[in-house]
Amino acid sequence: MFSVLTDNWDLFGQGFWTTIKLFLISGVLSLVLGTLLGTFRVSPVPALRGVGTGYVNILRNTPLTLVFAFLVFGAPKMNIELPSFFWSAVVALTIYTSAFICEVVRSGINTIPPGQTEAGRAIGMSFIQVLSVIVLPQAFRAIQPPLMSVLIALLKNTTIAAGFSVAEAGAIPAAMAERGENQMLTLVWITIGFLILIVPLIFLQRWAERRTAVA
Amino acid sequence: MSALYDVPGPRAQLRNRVLNVVVILLVAGAVAWVVYRLNATGQFESRRWVQFQYTAIQRQLLDGLLNTLKAAGLAAVLAMIMGAVFAAARISDHKWVRVPATFVVELFRAIPLLILMFFFYYGSLQYHLGLTPFWAVVFGLTLYNGSVLAEIFRAGIAAVPKGQREASYAIGLRKNQVVRLVLLPQAISAMLPAIVSQLVVLLKDTALGFIITYAELLYVAKQMGGRLQYGFPYIPTYIVVAVIYIGLCSLLSLLARYLEGRSRRRRKITGAPPPSAAEAATSAEAPL
Amino acid sequence: MRMRNLVATLGVGALALTAVACGKDEPAASGGGGGNASDSCGDLHKFTTASGVDVAGSPTFTKMKSAGKVTVGVKADQPNLGYKDAGGKRCGFDIEVARMMAAGLGFDPDKIEYKEIPSANRETAIAGGEVNYYVGTYSITDKRKKQVSFAGPYFIAGQDLLVRKDDTSMDAGKTALKGKKVCSATGSTPIQRVKDEQLTEASNISEFKTYSECVSQLLDKKTDAVTTDDAILKGYAATAPDQLRVVGKPFSTEKYGIGLPLADKALRDKMNSILETSASDGTWKAIYDETLGKSGSTSTPPPLEKY
Repeated sequence: MFSVLTDNWDLFGQGFWTTIKLFLISGVLSLVLGTLLGTFRVSPVPALRGVGTGYVNILRNTPLTLVFAFLVFGAPKMNIELPSFFWSAVVALTIYTSAFICEVVRSGINTIPPGQTEAGRAIGMSFIQVLSVIVLPQAFRAIQPPLMSVLIALLKNTTIAAGFSVAEAGAIPAAMAERGENQMLTLVWITIGFLILIVPLIFLQRWAERRTAVA
Repeated sequence: MSALYDVPGPRAQLRNRVLNVVVILLVAGAVAWVVYRLNATGQFESRRWVQFQYTAIQRQLLDGLLNTLKAAGLAAVLAMIMGAVFAAARISDHKWVRVPATFVVELFRAIPLLILMFFFYYGSLQYHLGLTPFWAVVFGLTLYNGSVLAEIFRAGIAAVPKGQREASYAIGLRKNQVVRLVLLPQAISAMLPAIVSQLVVLLKDTALGFIITYAELLYVAKQMGGRLQYGFPYIPTYIVVAVIYIGLCSLLSLLARYLEGRSRRRRKITGAPPPSAAEAATSAEAPL
Repeated sequence: MRMRNLVATLGVGALALTAVACGKDEPAASGGGGGNASDSCGDLHKFTTASGVDVAGSPTFTKMKSAGKVTVGVKADQPNLGYKDAGGKRCGFDIEVARMMAAGLGFDPDKIEYKEIPSANRETAIAGGEVNYYVGTYSITDKRKKQVSFAGPYFIAGQDLLVRKDDTSMDAGKTALKGKKVCSATGSTPIQRVKDEQLTEASNISEFKTYSECVSQLLDKKTDAVTTDDAILKGYAATAPDQLRVVGKPFSTEKYGIGLPLADKALRDKMNSILETSASDGTWKAIYDETLGKSGSTSTPPPLEKY
């Protein structure tokens, strides 16, 4: 049981390290892009709202696997170059995840009582000021639990990169088959690895949930 | 939601209109650039599209689509059943039911779906269970989405105002009756949008099947795109397949929005309190 | 209102489906604007189906017999070896060998069910009974012999490099791979060799499910060479001779065998005897010339390795 892990420590270590890198980089990028799109969706400019809505509707209805396939096999065909398959994966995960973050941010903005924004406007604040000083700081507290859900999903979604030449944790089973190792034990260890990564996130989510419930 | 900015005055109107034009131009420019790029690299050449004319290819695409729908349909039914059972188990009064159910739901929500499918796929091969890739896809989807649906159902029941439950107990209903007759009907109608959007997720996730050789839509697409003879028509194929996926999922999403609108209207009529708690709980289960 | 939208969308969808439902029957012989090779599979070799066959002591054969069909693992994306054309027809040398085995075991061609198994899943698919046997550029190695058994070899190939036509930097063969990006199929012997002999840096290696995906990356300059057996590479080079070529310095010997469940010695012996007959009566040469031989090369049946 343990030898499957210890004999192939190089594979597991590197695989999960790549998973973590994928998760962190695309997580940060998705938060930035998702928040931007979220503000687009509530902005006074109709075209910006259109961009936000269109983006969300297309990406939420496309399988992530297809986004990956498009970037890895499609984009180079039209001479759009990304430095490596790792970065193709980062871009795919970011494009996809930010659509979901956008929706979370938007629903968070909608939870802020109108009185707050009205008060902001009454003292002469602009849309940008109302959003950045009054709405978003409060919204971010309200949306922490759903945001964690999206990030947890992102972490799990990194496994799809295995089908597109990124040697992350999801690619371990194929490499272990090459080494002739027991597939089921391999999968058990991968599961344990993911639980180790995800359980802290879940506890963080619970904690945020309790905090927002009190507030 | 319009409280974020004032009704624009003349200057703001002008500014918004200018911004509007700028954004439209930017988007149009981006689209034009993509189309130009596609054209310059020969993606519109007829040799890359000629495959779609053939009956055999159309049948393959249709078969792929049917395989996608078959797996999604069966998994949806099984996941709903699993969701209902585990939601009931999680609100049980008996600890020995509640604790294992919670464990199962939490576990399957934490395992990446691809790994779940791998378990069935490799497990079946290693222990000669005779499960085809189809069943690996269906069972993987069921376990994951069933767990998520269990949480949605539970959140829906929790969101029904406490007075409802108290009133039911007060008139002497048993717990079984309270859940079955009072809580569940309200929970399901409140949660319908969330349930349907989870089904959209399920439909999209069938696309993972190609990794374990289930011949669904994306699998067929990769095969079509991988033909050197037609100049690797990945882009044409993916465009066609994306349109199919987006069409299917949009139909489901449209249904979700329709149901949402309907239940909201109904709630207005009956004068029930706005389901803000239910909505918050829904968004906590952001479907991905 | 919403309902009307829904109905409208449904209607458009239905229209689109009917629009798609009419099409041409057969792929044209020449692939539209500028395709060099015909994509469609031509006529397959005609084998005579043996009758009254029994392979005593073979659990796999018993399974085939009771199922009334054979399930064969193959590849679908290797021109001239294991290929599925746009019309869904299969052809190539491996397909012919698979059909020859089925015929020798007493199964008509229409009793063969093909299953595409990616390289990385071959052992599990054979051992798990997902396929009865596997014919798909499957090299006989000692490591694999621990999980499956092999009839054959029925062909000998060598690992080589496929490069872009104008790229001469790797003409020296495998020693020139240092610093170059190399692509191959996940779980295949060639990529394992590149890793073991450290022919290039680990960060330069990319792996995909199929060779087609690697060739696509090669044409897009995302990789510099696709490495695998020359038989496979020649099939691609012959399809796009103005874009691709094979370096022609093979650096290994790959014996292609028919993958079988580990314990089934009876079936292995039976298949070896079918191969022996095909070598002596000219069938082997005939199917070679109709498939791999089309790119101008000649070959002879390799000696069998019975065990």
